[in-house]
Amino acid sequence: MITKRIIPCLDVRNGRVVKGVNFEGLNDVADPVRLAAQYSAEGADELVFYDITATYEGRTLFTDVLRSVAEQIFIPMTVGGGINTVEDFDRVLKCGADKVSVNSGAIRNPGLISEAAIKYGSQCVVLSADVKRVDGVFRVFSHGGRIDTGMEALEWIRQGVSLGAGEVVVNSIDTDGVKQGFDLKMLNAVTSIVDVPVIASGGAGEIRDFVTLFTEVPDVDAGLAASIFHFQEVKIPDLKEVLHRSGINMRIV
Amino acid sequence: MIAIVDYGVGNLFSLRCSLESLGLKAEVSSVPDVIRNADRVILPGVGAFGDAADKLRETGLDQVVIEQAEAGKPLLGICLGMQLLFDKSYEFGEHAGLGLLHGQVIPMQGTIPAGLKIPQMGWNALLVKRSHPLLKNVREGDCVYFVHSYYASDCEDSLVATTEYGIELTAVAANGNVMGCQFHPEKSGKVGLGILSAFAEIKT
Repeated sequence: MITKRIIPCLDVRNGRVVKGVNFEGLNDVADPVRLAAQYSAEGADELVFYDITATYEGRTLFTDVLRSVAEQIFIPMTVGGGINTVEDFDRVLKCGADKVSVNSGAIRNPGLISEAAIKYGSQCVVLSADVKRVDGVFRVFSHGGRIDTGMEALEWIRQGVSLGAGEVVVNSIDTDGVKQGFDLKMLNAVTSIVDVPVIASGGAGEIRDFVTLFTEVPDVDAGLAASIFHFQEVKIPDLKEVLHRSGINMRIV
Repeated sequence: MIAIVDYGVGNLFSLRCSLESLGLKAEVSSVPDVIRNADRVILPGVGAFGDAADKLRETGLDQVVIEQAEAGKPLLGICLGMQLLFDKSYEFGEHAGLGLLHGQVIPMQGTIPAGLKIPQMGWNALLVKRSHPLLKNVREGDCVYFVHSYYASDCEDSLVATTEYGIELTAVAANGNVMGCQFHPEKSGKVGLGILSAFAEIKT
């Protein structure tokens, strides 16, 4: 039976992975190719790369990074950040990306989803949504979670899927960075309204959080996290071993 | 040299890199003579069957692939490229394939149990039905990466491996020098590279 996926997320700025702020308060960085190779060898099922640069030079460095990763690492790769046009899809797919994730670009222009789905197939288009509760309602935020779009999240996700998104990443702003576990309520709400794969993001702090995720939200397909992997608070082989022993179907390498 | 047939569908960058990472010489080409001069041929493909079959015919590369397969050259179809090897497909209508493997490509919709997501997207285990040199590096329970909504059926004579997704779906089919994988070996980590390297070693 198909396995649940574990996905490390790498934010790339100026050609380097930004790991986040370390215990000394310094912005720690790593070599993207080395980190990707390590995660792949440890059993990551997929890698997500987000381009968090805003400059033209940074964008060029980012595609160079993608190309180097794709030359050496042979697991699925999803790429996001700054995807606003079909030409942006083309730019990253040519560098070896398998899937492209859209967020603010699709909020500005929902037609981007259908245009890309027609050109590259739905399996290539991932809708990434930053979601936060506002007055008890799930709302979509744009621009890295900074701006409340006023849109109802479940409605937006349903629309994105009907436009052709073949996968949804749900990033809960409410649980992100808190390390108290994934947003189970939000994820259950999303998996109950769409029939495409759903990836949970935001909130993982320890191995148990992934066990809870796959047990409590059986229709979720993957768990995504960043800093806990980067700082080795959770090691992928340990994580997959525990999940496997808990009866969750895992690919063990 | 391994020729990767370029007929205008899909992204062949990863496939070429995966072969090169194994120290193999690979060339992405739409030139018939390059394909004729290759030791082995890979037919890739993503997207819809009908479009891909049309493109393959428009470029005339369908005949080159058939001619090379009939001459006994090892041929590996990947994903939609594997489906194209069969007699026909029922993806959005009925479309003729290359007829190099017997069977038909049918939708998962209606044949797999309700509640399972379509496409099947992710890693799933190979269930080997008969030993084949293509799978000589594969161990029981090894997982490979699938992305598909249709699968080959009525192909008992060429069935090599399946994967379980509510029902058993054809994962590997082979008849003589003509082979196909429904999954993406170039995206299946070490297991996938092991399959590509086994393909490169199959006797011509």
